[in-house]
Amino acid sequence: MKLTIPEEEVMGHGHLACQGCGGALAMRYTLKTLGRNTVLSVPACCWSVIDGPFPHSAVNIPVFHTAFEAAASTASGIKAGFEIQGKDVNVVAWAGDGGTYDIGIQALSGAAERNDDIFYICYDNEAYMNTGVQRSGSTPLKAWTTTTPVAHPKDRPKKDLISIMAAHRIPYIATASVAYPEDLTAKLEKAKNIKGTRFLLIFSPCPPGWKADPKNTIKLARLAVETKVFNLLEIENGLDWRITKKIRKPKPVIEYLKLQGRFRHLTEDDVSLIQENVEKEWNILMNKVGE
Amino acid sequence: MPEKTEKQIVFDKVKDTPPLAVSLYTMDYNKTGSWRNVRPVIDYEKCTGCMTCWKFCPEPAIDAEKYEEDGKEKYKPVIDYEYCKGCGICWVECPVEGAIYTEEEGE
Ligand SMILES: Cc1ncc(C[n+]2csc(CCOP(=O)(O)OP(=O)(O)O)c2C)c(N)n1
Ligand code: SF4
Ligand code: SF4
Ligand code: SF4
Ligand SMILES: [Mg+2]
Repeated sequence: MKLTIPEEEVMGHGHLACQGCGGALAMRYTLKTLGRNTVLSVPACCWSVIDGPFPHSAVNIPVFHTAFEAAASTASGIKAGFEIQGKDVNVVAWAGDGGTYDIGIQALSGAAERNDDIFYICYDNEAYMNTGVQRSGSTPLKAWTTTTPVAHPKDRPKKDLISIMAAHRIPYIATASVAYPEDLTAKLEKAKNIKGTRFLLIFSPCPPGWKADPKNTIKLARLAVETKVFNLLEIENGLDWRITKKIRKPKPVIEYLKLQGRFRHLTEDDVSLIQENVEKEWNILMNKVGE
Repeated sequence: MPEKTEKQIVFDKVKDTPPLAVSLYTMDYNKTGSWRNVRPVIDYEKCTGCMTCWKFCPEPAIDAEKYEEDGKEKYKPVIDYEYCKGCGICWVECPVEGAIYTEEEGE
């Protein structure tokens, strides 16, 4: 049988991610596709730790550790340096959801508005995990985090970051999931040949932060797509929206929720509310896709 | 993958450190196999070589060993116990019943 994703491993083992870390898999797939001609700009996030302590590094390519707010602007600067030297290098801002949806959104918006020739990749684990599971703009409705305890779980839905990015009319935007590596690597392969800001959001389960069994990381990432909680799509020039993984018979959200301790407190009404929100978001998305 | 080196660099004095924070070596010295409670074992009698386990291992701790059979290129998954953290993804995702079974570590 043939391998369905690139064989080369750029990321090596011995790294410090927890067992079953979706964020580690997201990096493995990304570097398999982008290869060694790549430089990372990493703000404060789990990946500042996963990589390993100086002078060691698990990713085996240059990594620039930068401030929480600065993933995109650091990447823009690195790219400008390479351009002056006449070198064609993949420069990737690699940030968590906290560093993307909240803290780094100003620098990201600036880079996207200028259409700087960088990749911005967010591995989305839906909270500030590195500092112990605090709520972010990406945390879903009704989820438990340490700052949204079960007495008052999150009362707002996950921020629609993809629409914010689409509003910048950058050439390429995509969502991906660690459960669909062929889809993920195909999108990055396509993005490689595009000039300008390319934004990728990778759904990356975090077993300790979601209070989930590490062995269920792929199962959860797949269920999120099968229940339409997280949709796989790509957008060209901010206007042409396309679903890359069509779900014929969506599963009820409860199948996804019940495997995670962060949703253990939900009442039946809460589950109905989440289901309704999924349907509502799906209809909004269908309007954009034009189906 | 870069050549396996288990060398760990330790600087004794501040003046020994390089002037710029650069990465000089891999993390191979960090044998994460010691984190494991449960060990996955591949039953090669049942394994079809689909490489799903290799694809989903987050470490990566499963090598794709290439070999030839009937003039065709094939792959065989080989678990690297020095680094496998025992997360369980491979045995949950393996599509063949019993191709990966588990043992308690220390058995
Ligand atoms: C300006 C600033 N505020 C707070 C922190 C502390 N901090 C470090 S990592 C982190 C959480 C990052 O969350 P996210 O971006 O979602 O990445 P994850 O840890 O989930 O991978 C925080 C709050 C910091 N380093 N800098
Ligand atoms: S806390 Fe979550 S995101 Fe961070 S290393 Fe562990 S599993 Fe990965
Ligand atoms: S997933 Fe199972 S059948 Fe496929 S290669 Fe791995 S052990 Fe063999
Ligand atoms: S148990 Fe986890 S770390 Fe070990 S080989 Fe399987 S997928 Fe990899
Ligand atoms: Mg996060």
